[in-house]
Amino acid sequence: MTRTLPEHERVDGFDDDRDSHDTADRGHDDGDHTDDTDRFPRVDEDEPRRVIRARGPADRVALIGSAAAGFALVWVVYQRLLPTSGLLGFAVCWYAAFLLVYTLVTLQRHGAVEVVDRMAAVVVRTGAALVGASLVLVIGYTIISGLDAMQYANFYTEELIYTDPADLRQGGILHAVVGTLEQLAISVAITLPLGIACAVYLTEVGGRLAKVVRTLIEAMTGLPSIVAGLFIYVAAIQLLGVQRSGFAAALALSVMMLPIITRSADVVLRLVPNGLREASLALGSSQWQTIWRVVLPTARPSLATALILGVARGAGETSPVLLTAGYSQFLNANPLVDWQTSLPLFVYQVFRLPDEAMAARAFGAATVLLLLVLLLFVIARLVARGKRGER
Amino acid sequence: MSGTEEASPVGTADRPRRVRVRPTGDDRVFRAVARGTGVLVLVLTAGIGAFLAIRSSDAFAAYGWDFFTETQWNPEVNRLGIAAVLPGTIVVALIAIAVSFPLAITTALYISEYAPPRVKSALVSVLDLMAAVPSVVYGLWGFYFLQDEIIYLARWLHQAFGFLPFLSVGTDPDAANWAESRYTSSAFIAGVVVAMMVLPITASIMREVFSQAPVGEREAALALGSTRWGMIRSVVLPFGRGGIVGGTMLGLGRALGETIAVAMIISPAFDLDFRILENGAITVSSLIALRFGESSALQLSALLAAGLVLYVFTLVVNTLAAIVVSRSRSGSATDL
Repeated sequence: MTRTLPEHERVDGFDDDRDSHDTADRGHDDGDHTDDTDRFPRVDEDEPRRVIRARGPADRVALIGSAAAGFALVWVVYQRLLPTSGLLGFAVCWYAAFLLVYTLVTLQRHGAVEVVDRMAAVVVRTGAALVGASLVLVIGYTIISGLDAMQYANFYTEELIYTDPADLRQGGILHAVVGTLEQLAISVAITLPLGIACAVYLTEVGGRLAKVVRTLIEAMTGLPSIVAGLFIYVAAIQLLGVQRSGFAAALALSVMMLPIITRSADVVLRLVPNGLREASLALGSSQWQTIWRVVLPTARPSLATALILGVARGAGETSPVLLTAGYSQFLNANPLVDWQTSLPLFVYQVFRLPDEAMAARAFGAATVLLLLVLLLFVIARLVARGKRGER
Repeated sequence: MSGTEEASPVGTADRPRRVRVRPTGDDRVFRAVARGTGVLVLVLTAGIGAFLAIRSSDAFAAYGWDFFTETQWNPEVNRLGIAAVLPGTIVVALIAIAVSFPLAITTALYISEYAPPRVKSALVSVLDLMAAVPSVVYGLWGFYFLQDEIIYLARWLHQAFGFLPFLSVGTDPDAANWAESRYTSSAFIAGVVVAMMVLPITASIMREVFSQAPVGEREAALALGSTRWGMIRSVVLPFGRGGIVGGTMLGLGRALGETIAVAMIISPAFDLDFRILENGAITVSSLIALRFGESSALQLSALLAAGLVLYVFTLVVNTLAAIVVSRSRSGSATDL
């Protein structure tokens, strides 16, 4: 950085003094100089503390000033002089003008190197802010649009039965909530043991085959979810004669979630310190005992986090369910027989009906789904934090 | 060692004992079970491809090579092919990558280099959350909110760059009553929504690799007087190149397979004109989602064939990405 060192000579003078009183003043280094201030009148007392932070008030003024100048400039040119309009265009032009002014201001005070640094910082921050803003926009817009339907209690207690589709006081998403919860429970029951066993195999047993499996799992985490649905449709529904049902949907979700959970469990297990394993083995326990009594308990909170995040991903998947669950407007608590609806499927199917009240219901269900995912995330955070508290 | 050897009688000198690792009974069971699950997962993965291949053979037999050269997907005249669907998929994925790449790299850099240390872990989980927002939610948002806003951008792009064939739309953008509906449900809008979905994956891979850039070299760069950006350019970005490439490819793989949000936004059109701003587009996965319910056995087989092509495509892209990423990580994060 191009910060200048404050008061160079003073540092030199300080050194001279030290040379002459070389041995007598060891305590001086610790800033303990109350008794020898008379001998060293120029030392420390009035030396300004160096500011280590890169940005001072002047920089802040430059930043805000540039933004204001850019705004004013664009307002005049864009709104008054040119026949242009529109909020998005204005924002983009404002940003460009701001960058330009800020570059010039920085160039006046610093060199070209500093200008590049500042520009990069501004661009990086803007990019991140854009991403954050769009996430807030997505979540906020969904929740606000969902309030229309969510304000009525029947939305949570009824199935999608109505005499007048436009009346939001009739019909709800109970059947979809039940479907989502059941399908998730079944897929957790399938993926939890399989995923962790496979992760244990990858980290603890190893071997050449494990490497192949690991590469495949990594590739499978990006498997298009609709392919998982197709696979279950072909293998379970067509070949084995499983009904289109909540169970088939859970199988499809499992195919999708298994690689995700396995992969994150694998990462977590690899973080267990080897010293623990060796200590356990050295005490004479078998490998199985080591894993069951040492490795898995050590990794338990992180494993739970991995699982919950995998479930959160599965909760929002529509396409595997679309092909395997069927769609029903009615409550079906039995996942093994007959069609069953889940929340994302409900949103998708209702969205396709050209009706405003239906759109409100879709947003309401999407909000409930979003809140479910958020809840899972908060739980995952809490579980992960609990781990840190224990240690 | 040598001293004791002198003293001990000949023949009884200490030799390293041969340690034989013989797994106990429960260990043998455990290893068998663990290996079994590994094989099961392997079989499952291979099984997906195998099942799709077997089931789609009907379609390949019926349509032959025409399946790859036919642009129409028209069951009424029995002409089904993916020559328009596959390029459509790639176009949407490329738009998504083009939109998400700059945002992903700045987000990753912000979290790993610029953000205050206190909020870093919170930001990382916000990124995770963004990846877990259901695709129907993005689809709803894209259809009801984004589409109404972004058609102005689409129109402006048409006005300014309409001379480029892929940015032109078959309508007059300067007309007083410009045809808004011509700009809706396009590959461009679908691509932007898909970008929102692949961004967190790309960004979190990049962030992970950036944050592994060696501290010593970072500090060396700063100590030599480089600015923060100079340090990023000379240490973080070169070190993270594998992560940038790999993360982008993983994002590409995800973008290729995105289904529901695309199906909610586009209106299906099987033309090969690559006009990304114009109403109408199609991707493999959205085709499957939209046509699955109304298919006869042969059409279903054709959809499976399309799914197989998508599967192979994404598997290749993802495997390459995984190799690139793991190579860039080698030695730093594995084998503790």
